[in-house]
Amino acid sequence: MPSLELILALAMLVSLTFYVLMGGADYGGGVWDLLATGPRAKAQRELIAEAIGPIWEANHVWLILVIVVLFTAFPAAFALITTVLHIPLTLMLIGIVLRGSAFTFRTYDSRQDDVQRRWGRVFSSASLVTPILLGITVGAISSGDIRSPAHDFMSVFVWPWLQPFPIAVGLLALVLFAFLAAVYLTLDTAEDAQLQDDFRRRALISWAVAAIVAVAVFFLARTEAPDLWHHLQQSWHLHVAAAVLAAAAVWTLFKRSYGIARVCAIGQVTFILWGWAAAQYPYLVRPDLTIFNAAGPHSTLTLLVMALCAGALLLFPSFWYLLTVFKTRHAASESDTK
Amino acid sequence: MDDLLIARCQMGMSLAFHIIFACAGIAMPLLMVIAEWLWLRTGQEVYLTLARRWAKGSAILFAVGAVSGTVLSFELGLLWPKFMAFAGPIIGMPFSLEGFAFFTEAIFLGIYLYGWERVRPVTHLASGILVAVSGAFSGLFVVIANGWMNTPTGFRLVNGQAVDVDPVQAMLNPAGLPETLHMLIAAYSATGFVVAGIHAWLLLRDRTNYFHRRAYALALVLGGSMALAQPLSGDLLGRMVATWQPVKLAAMESHFTTQPCAPLIIGGIPDVDSRRTSCGIEIPCGLSLLAFHDPSAVVRGLSDFPRGDWPNVMLVHFAFQIMVLSGSIMAALALWGGLIWLKRRALPDSTLYLRSIMLAAPLGIIATEAGWMVTEVGRQPWVIHGVMRRHEAVTPMPGLVVPFLTFTVLYLFLAGVVIWLLYRQIAHSPYVSGYSAADQGQVS
Ligand code: HDD
Ligand code: HEM
Ligand code: HEM
Repeated sequence: MPSLELILALAMLVSLTFYVLMGGADYGGGVWDLLATGPRAKAQRELIAEAIGPIWEANHVWLILVIVVLFTAFPAAFALITTVLHIPLTLMLIGIVLRGSAFTFRTYDSRQDDVQRRWGRVFSSASLVTPILLGITVGAISSGDIRSPAHDFMSVFVWPWLQPFPIAVGLLALVLFAFLAAVYLTLDTAEDAQLQDDFRRRALISWAVAAIVAVAVFFLARTEAPDLWHHLQQSWHLHVAAAVLAAAAVWTLFKRSYGIARVCAIGQVTFILWGWAAAQYPYLVRPDLTIFNAAGPHSTLTLLVMALCAGALLLFPSFWYLLTVFKTRHAASESDTK
Repeated sequence: MDDLLIARCQMGMSLAFHIIFACAGIAMPLLMVIAEWLWLRTGQEVYLTLARRWAKGSAILFAVGAVSGTVLSFELGLLWPKFMAFAGPIIGMPFSLEGFAFFTEAIFLGIYLYGWERVRPVTHLASGILVAVSGAFSGLFVVIANGWMNTPTGFRLVNGQAVDVDPVQAMLNPAGLPETLHMLIAAYSATGFVVAGIHAWLLLRDRTNYFHRRAYALALVLGGSMALAQPLSGDLLGRMVATWQPVKLAAMESHFTTQPCAPLIIGGIPDVDSRRTSCGIEIPCGLSLLAFHDPSAVVRGLSDFPRGDWPNVMLVHFAFQIMVLSGSIMAALALWGGLIWLKRRALPDSTLYLRSIMLAAPLGIIATEAGWMVTEVGRQPWVIHGVMRRHEAVTPMPGLVVPFLTFTVLYLFLAGVVIWLLYRQIAHSPYVSGYSAADQGQVS
């Protein structure tokens, strides 16, 4: 029987994984909105909006769940992270606010092109910035530079995250989100071969960029996050799995087997994330806080595990239903594009 | 200004912004569901149009509510890390449950807003009901957490550490339920009045538009009935405060000297130095009667407590008066409308009444904001009543004025856009004829 701390840490990891796979793709959609080009730019944007519209709010809640489990079960870690990473988290929040509201404003504002373009630009630039800051946060808690506030402003509140390693992780997050979005969108374009090709090309390009950034992150870790680097080597099988799935993803994209490509891409990103998590274990915030010394009292942990189990029973069927309603396409429902 | 003060301002500003969208998030789904149910039952198109129109407007509010709520979950730590380090394990439970309420809310909202053509009507209505129920639950859980800050239970304090933590006991804190009840009623009545006010304004321009008549009627019934219930739940809450937070009660009532048969002071300007309230109307024994339902009960005054434990008496007293005044006006309007209906069996649509409802539209929101000022400022200097003071909770991060100003500007901008977009939608509202036929109950 794994300890309660481990169960709750895994629950956070699962929730983060869903956030990356679902919410991440919504950000990635925003990136492709920003980069929409060519004769079909407008069609691309409409497709992205239609794909994100019904689900982004629900996908976003995965992040809330990570946060509430973090502060309920591991309050010391929450306090330290929000203190030391005040600046990147605040910037991330601004990105979250602008992304969500600009997207909605665009949907409900006037159909005029210039109005649409203005909101579109806010929405898509916020979609670009937010994942980087999310990645920076993850990079900063892994790199072993965070200690409780002690010295001067810069070394407490800035240098722990304004470093090559966290920034590289931020870029990796961005590129992976864009990759996921492009792969998913190839499936949403089954009726339009040209549009599908647009996203196939984008998936392949972002795959290549992701591969380069991933390797860069890996080697940066060696000097910048030595302890993490050390543990990364112990979880090698997860990285191998990620690499194999990445190869399969690119192969199936070449072959235009989009359904399989999606499964491979999901697997690839999941194993990258889990590879990081395995190397980070048992730390929440390096070098001082682990899931054991940051945990709250037993009574809370027990109750929280029970609540999460009950909640999961409610949650997964509901999510499944949401996805079947919107992700199974029927021609009749090509709803009015106003 | 020092960073502590700015942190307080930022917290208050963010919450004051969020609560407006939260109220809409709780009450609008209920209105939409009622309209849609009436459509399914009567087959009248006007109700379907109404549900879809309301859904369109609410979609904007939901999105802003979701993002501003996300800001809050982080701000709890960004501004008050030591509070969260202490309180997280004790009171994190309702927040976690709230997380699941958000999930069901957001999931079924997606189906409700985007699924009109994709699911069967009954399924669609059921999704709406789930949204309405989850909205109420998310309000319930978060206010229970706030209740714990006012009346902390479920742990023992030993050398500044919480031991014997019992999250269930913490959720059952004495303030939680009365606060939740009051807050949910506030959300329904405030939203009901805003919606009724908007449609009253449009009816003043054209009394025959059946669309606005039905919208106005539904919103008025919801807002009005809740406005009648609100003073009752306020009384329940007030008595809870009198028992558990006597300093807050004394500040609310600007009551300085401990005495039996304490007078109720209406209006008035408290002077904390001379410990007197000037220019108020005094109702003899009124406070004892209200707070303990006993005219001879002793009500403790501020002088009984160390000066360092007083909140800002002026602000708390003033905010309390505003809330009660707004609530009384709303209840009076509801009574008046009810009497008209009883007498004439018809929608109260005289110009005078419509104008009053239009002017009363913001009262519920004003009362909600004022009520939260009472609760939150009245708890000061404590973050957790009797356990942790605000300066023990605040982040060591300097320069908080930067995020404070950034979020203020951002929220002002969002508020402006939301108002503009809603105005656009309202200005384009449909005309539906056939009101006279419907008034006689022979609807096609
Ligand atoms: C539509 C909104 C509205 C209206 C009409 C009223 N209130 Fe209220 N009141 C609130 C909205 C509100 C609120 C914003 O929802 C608060 C803040 C915290 C809470 O739980 O409810 C609140 C707080 C609050 C508190 C403080 C609770 C605490 O500090 O823990 C008291 C004693 C009352 N109310 C009493 C009343 C009375 C006697 C009213 C009689 C008319 C009244 N309220 C009308
Ligand atoms: C949405 C309606 C609410 C409004 C308008 C509101 C308003 C405020 C205000 C004005 C302050 C600053 C008080 C001061 O320092 O003088 C404050 C503080 C605070 N509120 Fe609320 N509040 C609301 C609901 C809640 C809820 C539901 C919670 C938590 C469960 C909460 C948690 C806090 C915390 C942690 C602080 C900071 C600590 C403190 O200053 O006491 N608030 N709020
Ligand atoms: C009295 C105070 C509050 C009430 C009644 C309330 C209620 C609500 C409701 C009904 C929603 C959904 C609204 C919508 O989508 O339009 C919402 C959203 C949200 N609230 Fe609040 N809230 C309050 C205060 C807070 C506080 C203090 C926090 C922070 C801990 C918070 C966190 C959130 C979050 C994270 C969301 C977004 C959920 C999503 O992504 O859909 N709320 N709140």
